[in-house]
Amino acid sequence: MTTQQKRTHTIDMNSIFNNKGASEQQQETCIKVENLNLFYGEKQALHGINMEMPKKRVTAYIGPSGCGKSTLLRCINRMNDLVDSARIEGRILLDNENIYDKSVNVAALRRRVGMVFQKPNPFPKSIFENVAYGLRIQGINDKRILEETVENALRGAALWDEMKDRLNDNALGMSGGQQQRLVIARAIAIEPEVLLLDEPASALDPISTLKIEELINELKEKYTRVIVTHNMQQAARVSDFTAFMYMGELIEMGTTSELFTNPRKKQTEDYITGRYG
Amino acid sequence: MIMPTRMKAWFKSGSPWIWLNAAAVSTCLIMVIAVLGLVTVRGIVHFWPAKVAQFSYQQDDALQTVIGEIVDTSVTPAAMAKSSGYKMADNEESLVQYQIKTGNRDVSGTDFRWILERNVKQQDYPAEMIVVERREWGNFYGRLISVKEAGKIIATGEQAWPVVQEKLDAALLVFKEIAHLEKKEIGSINYSLEQLRLKQRRLELKNLLDDAAKKQLADEKAGFETEYKQYQTQLNALYQQIRRDSLVAKTESGSELEIPLAKVVRVYRPNAMNLIDKIGHYGIKLVEFVSDDPREANTEGGIFPAIFGTILMVIIMSIIVTPFGVIAAVYLREYAKQGFTTRLIRIAVNNLAGVPSVVYGVFGLGFFVYILGGNIDRLFFPESAPAPVFGTPGLMWASITLALLTLPVVIVSTEEGLARIPSSIREGSLALGATKLETLWLTVLPMASPAMMTGLILAVARAAGEVAPLMLVGVVKLAPTLPLDGNSPFLHLDRKFMHLGFHIYDVGFQSPNVEAARPLVYATAFLLVVVIIGLNLAAIVIRNNLREKYRALEG
Repeated sequence: MTTQQKRTHTIDMNSIFNNKGASEQQQETCIKVENLNLFYGEKQALHGINMEMPKKRVTAYIGPSGCGKSTLLRCINRMNDLVDSARIEGRILLDNENIYDKSVNVAALRRRVGMVFQKPNPFPKSIFENVAYGLRIQGINDKRILEETVENALRGAALWDEMKDRLNDNALGMSGGQQQRLVIARAIAIEPEVLLLDEPASALDPISTLKIEELINELKEKYTRVIVTHNMQQAARVSDFTAFMYMGELIEMGTTSELFTNPRKKQTEDYITGRYG
Repeated sequence: MIMPTRMKAWFKSGSPWIWLNAAAVSTCLIMVIAVLGLVTVRGIVHFWPAKVAQFSYQQDDALQTVIGEIVDTSVTPAAMAKSSGYKMADNEESLVQYQIKTGNRDVSGTDFRWILERNVKQQDYPAEMIVVERREWGNFYGRLISVKEAGKIIATGEQAWPVVQEKLDAALLVFKEIAHLEKKEIGSINYSLEQLRLKQRRLELKNLLDDAAKKQLADEKAGFETEYKQYQTQLNALYQQIRRDSLVAKTESGSELEIPLAKVVRVYRPNAMNLIDKIGHYGIKLVEFVSDDPREANTEGGIFPAIFGTILMVIIMSIIVTPFGVIAAVYLREYAKQGFTTRLIRIAVNNLAGVPSVVYGVFGLGFFVYILGGNIDRLFFPESAPAPVFGTPGLMWASITLALLTLPVVIVSTEEGLARIPSSIREGSLALGATKLETLWLTVLPMASPAMMTGLILAVARAAGEVAPLMLVGVVKLAPTLPLDGNSPFLHLDRKFMHLGFHIYDVGFQSPNVEAARPLVYATAFLLVVVIIGLNLAAIVIRNNLREKYRALEG
């Protein structure tokens, strides 16, 4: 079975190490987080985060529940703006522009930074309309363009062959794994620069999880991806870089192979060896 | 006190609780069925042709004939009858009385009469008894003697029956033509003349009434008047034609009565009818009831204007209340910062739902009709002063008042619908670069539409049955014209209208002939229920379709 082979292949730490050439190769930075503090009311959820995420690579956030990894992710497309009590200090630079600048159009930012959530959340519309949604709100209603984009997006999300005859069916009739891939297709249809994935496979069965992981790998060269996961094997399988967070602080960040084989901090080592979390 | 253990165990088992619940549900069910059953049976039976009985009745040593339908029977125990002054024989256990609908109000002065069973010497149902439904004075019961054409007798005895039917059919056709001419053609000319008068007055008020305008108006008026004269001659001819024929019939006392066919709706011989005839008769009466105008102070004829008024008012109310309530709910739920103020507003809205409806009527009259309507008249219709246009109760104010009355229901249920939409859907839309407004329009509102429909269903159910406020803001006993007709602008929101709920009250309690009208109360009530169920079913079908379409996400 190819999936099985792939799995063993990706779990093999040494091969990751060799393939990715570790840190000697300097990456171009896409997102830079500078001194980020986040408060929910009085409670501080993120403490002085500093990190850089390279372009067109996968960065994974790992850490125990409630460590702030999802919160950090949601800062990158300003989803935390929806929380009334949230207050943010510091900067996040996307291609050297501060996304928390007053002049930034949040809707335009979110078009550049797509997001996939923990639970699949397709709209109660047809499959076609789900994928076309982002285009329609940009005012694109040309049928030809829509059809072409929808097909490309569904191909990109490895759904086209399954769904090409069911484009007018309600998306809620799909399975959970298909729905999640549909949501990814919906996100890549508007061609964002960054794709944020917030535990995209946590609500799915193992086979669907595998498909999502393959998909994340296949999207490699096109998008900068940031993935939150509580599953360390998954982080090891899909990511180039990994950040370990604990209690709202960034403890350690490095290439995935390095972090997993040779952690610098004791907390990281304890976590990846399963002492806690 | 220590309960026996078995009793205790029974209580603990929960059975009494289940019995109590089941009893409550059954009681509700029985009561609903009883209400619907009573209204349906009483209302539906009214149109079935009853047999006409002829009694030989002894009154004060003299024998007299009583003719009529038996409507009711009352049985009084002997003791009670004695105490109210009846002489009772020793072997009589009770006093039986019949209520007879004898009709012939123009002859005897009353429609009903009570007779004692023991004084009835003979009772039979002669086939030749006729019932004449008239446009005035209620039903006539008696025997047909002859038919007259222009004062001359053309048929008597048994031959008179087919002749009277034939002549009546012709007369009814003429009557229809007259009604059409008077209501449609002449009505529309009158309407145009009134518009012309208003136009003249408008020009006058603006000092624009120069000679040219005057001449044009005069020409138009002359045109309408010639047209009117034509119709008038046509009408006169028709009137002559319809007044020509009449029937002569004998009443129970033996006197003869001449009834012009122009005043007759139908003649039938119920005792000679077989089942199929009766079913046909019943169907015709039923159709008349739902499609005709009322006659004789609403106690006879149909209730079409009331059905029409009710439905139209509910539709206009829905058109007003839905957008208004939805917009208010969207603001409260989606935009307003949740806190003390929004809580206060919610409490206020919920309390509005508890305000007695007649208070809304008073408010509607005081604010909408007098203040708003009065100002609209002053600003836009100065030409019709002193007659008010919108400064008087009418369809628009009634609809707006009821929209206000039902607004809380729509707001509350829309808010609930909005609250039920998972935040993941909103986030999904926002994450694709949609603004809040786009998210609202493209996903949230469509998904909340079933909840809006639920609110509308509740609003319709409440509004359609409301009577008290309507009496103050636009409903009348008898509206001469429908609020929707062929004269531009077609929908006349300033007109007064009839309403089923008010019709029930009017027929049942304000009518000069309450006893004769009582069955109509049931029939009208039945129809009101049917209309409300119909409106609700329509809304429920729409809602269920929407629900299927926007089935919410699991979890």
